[in-house]
Amino acid sequence: MNVVVDRVRKSYGRGAEAREVLTETSLTVRSQEFVSIVGPSGCGKSTLLMMMAGLLKPSSGEIRLGDEPVTGPPAGLSVVFQDYSRSLFPWMSVRRNLTTALTASRLGKEEQRSRVEHALESVGLAGKGEMYPWQMSGGMQQRVAIARALVTEPTVMLMDEPFAAVDAQTRADLEDLVLRVRHEYDVTVAFVTHDIDESVYMADRIVVLAANPGRIAADLTVDLPRPRDQVETKLDARFAKLRSEVFRLVMRPDTPASA
Amino acid sequence: MTSPTTPPLTPPLTPPLTPPLTRTRPGRATTALRRTAAGVGNLWLLALVLVLWEVYGRVSESLFVPPISRILENFGDVWLGGPASQLFLSDLFWSEVTTSLSRFARGWGLAVVVGIACGVVLGRSPVIAQMYGPVVRFFAAIPNTVLLPIAVQIFGVASNMNVFLIFLGSVWVVMINTADGVAGVDPMWLRSARSLRVPRWVLYARVIVPAAAPQILAGLRVSLGIGLILMVISELYATTEGLGFQIVVAQSSFRYLDMWSAFVLIGLIGIVLNLAFGRIETRLLRWQRRTGLDAL
Ligand SMILES: Nc1ncnc2c1ncn2[C@@H]1O[C@H](COP(=O)(O)OP(=O)(O)O)[C@@H](O)[C@H]1O
Ligand SMILES: [Mg+2]
Repeated sequence: MNVVVDRVRKSYGRGAEAREVLTETSLTVRSQEFVSIVGPSGCGKSTLLMMMAGLLKPSSGEIRLGDEPVTGPPAGLSVVFQDYSRSLFPWMSVRRNLTTALTASRLGKEEQRSRVEHALESVGLAGKGEMYPWQMSGGMQQRVAIARALVTEPTVMLMDEPFAAVDAQTRADLEDLVLRVRHEYDVTVAFVTHDIDESVYMADRIVVLAANPGRIAADLTVDLPRPRDQVETKLDARFAKLRSEVFRLVMRPDTPASA
Repeated sequence: MTSPTTPPLTPPLTPPLTPPLTRTRPGRATTALRRTAAGVGNLWLLALVLVLWEVYGRVSESLFVPPISRILENFGDVWLGGPASQLFLSDLFWSEVTTSLSRFARGWGLAVVVGIACGVVLGRSPVIAQMYGPVVRFFAAIPNTVLLPIAVQIFGVASNMNVFLIFLGSVWVVMINTADGVAGVDPMWLRSARSLRVPRWVLYARVIVPAAAPQILAGLRVSLGIGLILMVISELYATTEGLGFQIVVAQSSFRYLDMWSAFVLIGLIGIVLNLAFGRIETRLLRWQRRTGLDAL
């Protein structure tokens, strides 16, 4: 399902205090597409994503999921937050974290159980349902967060810098995991990151944001072959070219392209 | 008398020889040993008091302060000595302790339910909190025993009076702690729950109340003490049975040994309830050890 950001603006604060964080922005994430949203820290990536998730109200403009205006968290859309320790519920076992995500969908017990098992298997945590998040490493916890997002079998998954807090090795594993489950679950993904390599490696399309005020600086198509490979893809000349293009846009958004 | 600072019970941990990342954990045996050492260390003051008491009791031959050994002997005679089917506890134990504890259970149980329910409402709604916060603080500030005459006036000398007093004394601290805890729940957890579109009852029962549990349980622990005190006090003042009543009767008929051994029993009940509560609390709050494997 398409996610449409239609002339959306966002400012925080009121009156003289008001600060525009995102100028009028339009963007469409098409069905089945994987879009990276990359930009410097504080440019409004999370703000944009939270509005798409229905967790934050735009100051003006509209977000639509398919044809439906988004006024609150919509069904069929899941979010993976950056800070897993504050988004997973540590007082619940992994299994209970996942079934809690299913309470809104009113499924039968048996269906719930099989969905949970499937989701855990997809993220490589089969048999870990009885563990508690605090018994797990950061990488495993973020896997749980991904499983919790997938267990509702969403059409859209929004991810806000999901791997910012894990080490490089785990990060590469999780990147490949997301690319795999994306196909398994046929899900449309908007993936926020500040890591330029990651934004290129993951995406079909890169939306580069610039700061002060937040706006779209560029919208690039990634023509790298799939499936991606941590070694092969990153050796590809097109990868290097895109990477430096995004780098230039993020670091010096106002200089013209150097051909 | 303020208790003297306890001497360091264990030598400070020697710096780990392994690199700092791998925190060395003491083995199970060492931990047990250290815990025993700590327990013994904490008991020495109590032991000292008991020995002094024993000596004073024997030397002074005062009727009012009998030696500890005789109190314990009396304790055995009065409260123990039942058949195995009664867990070796006497008939008097069963009748008096059940009476008192059932009053406590009803009063405190009601306080827990009402306190948590109202506390959640107060914690979730700044408007209601602003309206009723002063009322709650007013009642919480009243010394609980002042309510005793009022309770007697309303209920007369009946079990309901004791239950009411226990309830009224312990409900406020539960309510205030719950409200604080609920108001302070990490907004990230609320956002996470909102994005999962959980129904309202799930939001409260599985997210808000558990997230506020550390503070709710802290309130319950304080209220447990208050409830026990009020259980005894209300029985001292007006009743015809129960542990407090036993103390009054013993005291007024100069049976000081019986009086002291009833004190011992009440103290033991308090310790047992507190230990049980502590166990439940640790179990419920295991998740707070959020450091765990996180750093790896
Ligand atoms: N609730 C808020 N109130 C006021 N300012 C905010 C709020 N949330 C974010 N901001 C500001 O908006 C800007 C964009 O924030 P954010 O969307 O979190 O950026 P990013 O995710 O790209 O780092 C930042 O300058 C931040 O300080
Ligand atoms: Mg952010």
